[in-house]
Amino acid sequence: MILIQLMLLLLVAISGTAVVFARDPSTQPVGIGFFGLILTVMFMAFRAPDVALSQIVIGTVGLPLMILLALAKMRRDAQQRETAEKRPAKEGPAR
Amino acid sequence: MNSSMRMVLFFFGAAGIALLLVCAFVRLPGPQNLRSRYLKRINDGAVPERNATDAVTAVNFDYRGFDTVGEEFILFVSVMGSMVLLRQASEKRDQPLPDAITPARDVPASDAVRLWILMMVAPKILFGIYIVSHGQLTPGGGFQGGVILASSALIIYVGENFEVFKKILSHPLIETAEGAGAGLFVLIGMIAWFWGRPFLTNTLPLGQTNELTSAGTIPLISLATGLEVTAGFLLLLFAFLQETLTASSE
Amino acid sequence: MEHVILYSGFAVAGWLLLIGLYGIVTSTHLVHLCLCLAVVQASTYVLLTVIGYRPGLPAPVFVDHVRPGSPAVDPVVQALMLTDIVVEATVVALLLAITVQLHKKTGSADPNHVNLMRG
Repeated sequence: MILIQLMLLLLVAISGTAVVFARDPSTQPVGIGFFGLILTVMFMAFRAPDVALSQIVIGTVGLPLMILLALAKMRRDAQQRETAEKRPAKEGPAR
Repeated sequence: MNSSMRMVLFFFGAAGIALLLVCAFVRLPGPQNLRSRYLKRINDGAVPERNATDAVTAVNFDYRGFDTVGEEFILFVSVMGSMVLLRQASEKRDQPLPDAITPARDVPASDAVRLWILMMVAPKILFGIYIVSHGQLTPGGGFQGGVILASSALIIYVGENFEVFKKILSHPLIETAEGAGAGLFVLIGMIAWFWGRPFLTNTLPLGQTNELTSAGTIPLISLATGLEVTAGFLLLLFAFLQETLTASSE
Repeated sequence: MEHVILYSGFAVAGWLLLIGLYGIVTSTHLVHLCLCLAVVQASTYVLLTVIGYRPGLPAPVFVDHVRPGSPAVDPVVQALMLTDIVVEATVVALLLAITVQLHKKTGSADPNHVNLMRG
């Protein structure tokens, strides 16, 4: 048991480092989802079932979904900005 | 300041923090002396005093209930802030732009996915309600069951498209549910005032251990919190999905 | 044996804190910055977990074979972590909403190129 707990702590450190060093935005939801899953297993190994229940839905469904939607929205805004800049005379920015 | 100066400053700061952490961890009392009296008091007192077999939920909603009120309102305010931020410039919302995702352009899910989702929605909702209502008996409670219920509504979006999701979950109902959940928590705390006791004291009849109606106010608070967390997460995901998938405005 | 888990837990918590701060300082994308904040929050969870853990004892749920009054793991620390995880997700959502609005207004999500407060 103690070996499993030590291994899980090491995996938490490694996946936390992987989240930080993944600079490309499109790979980040996968990284944070895996980090959440490893945290859940660590909570279970340390006898904390309530905390693991909280973390599993939040870390694997909630956070990656919100990141994906934010990235999709930003990509859509960038595309709209490009198409708006290509028609400068017709419709100027209505602000 | 440019980035290399920032990196040098950060390394000095990080070295300082690491040194302080090492000093602190070495001077912390060893495992023998980390046994606090609070632990023994609550573990020995949760079942006789409150008839609640899950000590963590009893601590959350009864012994330290006031902190949980604060945390719940942090959640409430964050959801409200996100909705306000994602809803600016809503006057041009209904104008379709050429590349928006309209129902004609939406890619439907495959039949296997839709069948599986249809079969899984009801068990997931039942599981979420089970976790919320058995908060004081087994690991669970309002917060955990609330996010499970929110995700069980979300897989409807995965199985069908966004229009069906929008039709099933009408907006005003979810907003009312969120406010009602937060308000109910405070109202249940005020029940204690009728007996002349402080806010959030557990004054309802305690029932029998291992029954669903044991532990006085704890299951009621758990239900109120589950309602609020479910509605809060659904509103949050709704706001994100609506901004991304329908015609956005400049 | 208790010392090994306790001190390795402290080491992992300290490591996550420092690497998360490094990520925040050297970030070039605001979404990446929010995720590094989530890593820093996870370091507090690891710290609280190892502080509350007692080797060989069961979880603080007194059903079936765990008699009420028998020793168990610390429930107070778990109660602290539980609400914190749910609140963390909504705070990250708020930060992502701010990021989306910022990107809409200025066209870039780079924290080094954001100069909104001028004069």
